[in-house]
Amino acid sequence: MAFTREQVVKIADLGRLHLTESEIESMSKQLTAILGFFEQLEAIDTEGIEPMAHCLPIQNVFREDEKKPGLPPDEALANAPKRVGDFFSVPPILD
Amino acid sequence: MSLIEKTATELVSLLNKGEVTSRELTEAFCDRIAEVEGKVKALLYHDRDGALAQAEAVDLSRKSGKPVGKLAGLPIIVKDILCTKGEPTTCASRMLENFKAPYDAHVISLLQNASSVRIARANMDEFAMGSSCENSAFQKTRNPWNLDCVPGGSSGGSAACIAAKEAPLSLGTDTGGSIRQPAGLCGIVGLKPTYGRVSRFGLVAYASSLDQIGPMARTVEDAALLLEVISGHDERDSTCANLPVPEYSKICRAPKKGLRVGVVTDYFGEGLDPEVEAAVREAVRVLESQGAKIVEVRLPTSKYAIPTYYMVATAEASSNLARYDGVHYGYRAKEYSDLIDMYKKTRGEGFGAEVKRRIMLGTLALSAGRRDAFYVKALQVRRLLRNDYDKAFESCDVVLGPTSPSAAFKIGEKSDDPVAMYLSDIYTVATNLAGLPGLSIPCGFTKSGLPIGLQLQGPAFAEETLLQAGYLYQQATDWHTKTPSL
Repeated sequence: MAFTREQVVKIADLGRLHLTESEIESMSKQLTAILGFFEQLEAIDTEGIEPMAHCLPIQNVFREDEKKPGLPPDEALANAPKRVGDFFSVPPILD
Repeated sequence: MSLIEKTATELVSLLNKGEVTSRELTEAFCDRIAEVEGKVKALLYHDRDGALAQAEAVDLSRKSGKPVGKLAGLPIIVKDILCTKGEPTTCASRMLENFKAPYDAHVISLLQNASSVRIARANMDEFAMGSSCENSAFQKTRNPWNLDCVPGGSSGGSAACIAAKEAPLSLGTDTGGSIRQPAGLCGIVGLKPTYGRVSRFGLVAYASSLDQIGPMARTVEDAALLLEVISGHDERDSTCANLPVPEYSKICRAPKKGLRVGVVTDYFGEGLDPEVEAAVREAVRVLESQGAKIVEVRLPTSKYAIPTYYMVATAEASSNLARYDGVHYGYRAKEYSDLIDMYKKTRGEGFGAEVKRRIMLGTLALSAGRRDAFYVKALQVRRLLRNDYDKAFESCDVVLGPTSPSAAFKIGEKSDDPVAMYLSDIYTVATNLAGLPGLSIPCGFTKSGLPIGLQLQGPAFAEETLLQAGYLYQQATDWHTKTPSL
């Protein structure tokens, strides 16, 4: 399966990745090669096989719903690229 | 014999007998770092004064009669993906270049409780994605056995620092072989525990259903000692098993009567370097002469392990790495037009090429219309892989094979060919998909003097058996005592 420029741009958009022109070009070649390699999975008969998302035989793990200390605001905000008061600052999302 | 030549187990004994202080030992390893780090480039962060202060605190506790933990003041290096409060935790990424973790990973707390001294943070492939350490945004780590070669990855810094004697113990993480492959390529011991053996709290996530933290050391006993310290239940990781922790450091020395070793015939085919094959076959002979019963087993689905792994791991990675959005922490692009553009520029500029490739693959695998053909198909093959192991362990206690298809390759040799790079993990990725433990130990050298790794894999939570088998092998061989001259 060849991976076109348009498909690379579409997937990059879904993954919120800005790619340069040269990255789009190399990515379409490399993804084509990688997906070609992955096509061998099609040869395996998996009819009726339950998918295994997780290897442990555990389902829901519960603990007591107790109040515990969290990060103080200053520590939680210490790594923020931009903060205003006790808030993370982002570009406007509404006009 | 100078202090840095000794094993962790020997050094703990000297510390507990009062024959050496933690400060003296920490100074010795910091001096070694100053001597060889310029050549090896294994470390991203080293704070000599901070390390000496930790060491003095352990010495003071000991002097005043307070209890001292199992690691007794021993220096240790951790992979730069384990959150440590107030220290940089970069994951070798521009994205987290200036990030300082606000809390300690569970394993970091356990290391502190065990009275170890953190002396440095190790280089790695960016966000643990890679097999050569070349994907670090900051530096290329060298293999101490040949400085033109890679140390393996992603825990390449954690492996190289042990081979270079910059520390007696280190922590790595393993999602598809990232402890075992660099351990094999650097001639040291590395153990990937069973999924759930060690808490992942504070480990920066790559692929959450596969990631595990594990010990790297010069000998099996040393790895057992560190595994004993970091294992155990932690309610902050809901996948962490609530099981007792065996005394691995003692149990590994107890002989395992009638050990059955299954040689995986599927591993000895196309793509395996003849020198690696010869060394591994010789290891089988050694184990047999030590009383192990040798049987042949099959893992027929293992030939599909690489594509299966890259589908599952990248799908999980594309979700996990969505958190790097330039809002809460990490890098934010300087110029952008709106919020979406800010996300895209931040991620486009902050991530390196391999990370972007894997986010693309994972996004593709989970995208509408493709999910069943790619992701769900891979999860079905994952179950077949696990079924293979379950069947193999009906006739043996551990399965044996090479850790990697070849010894260390040259820096730059595979960096433009992702598929060739992915194939260097062909014998290790299935262990993670199945959630099982795996151990790599040194089993010889190529003619050009590069180490070769032997891999043992076991059933879930059978770390004891792996360590016993590894210890048995080291009783009859001296590969683990060889160190490179730097």
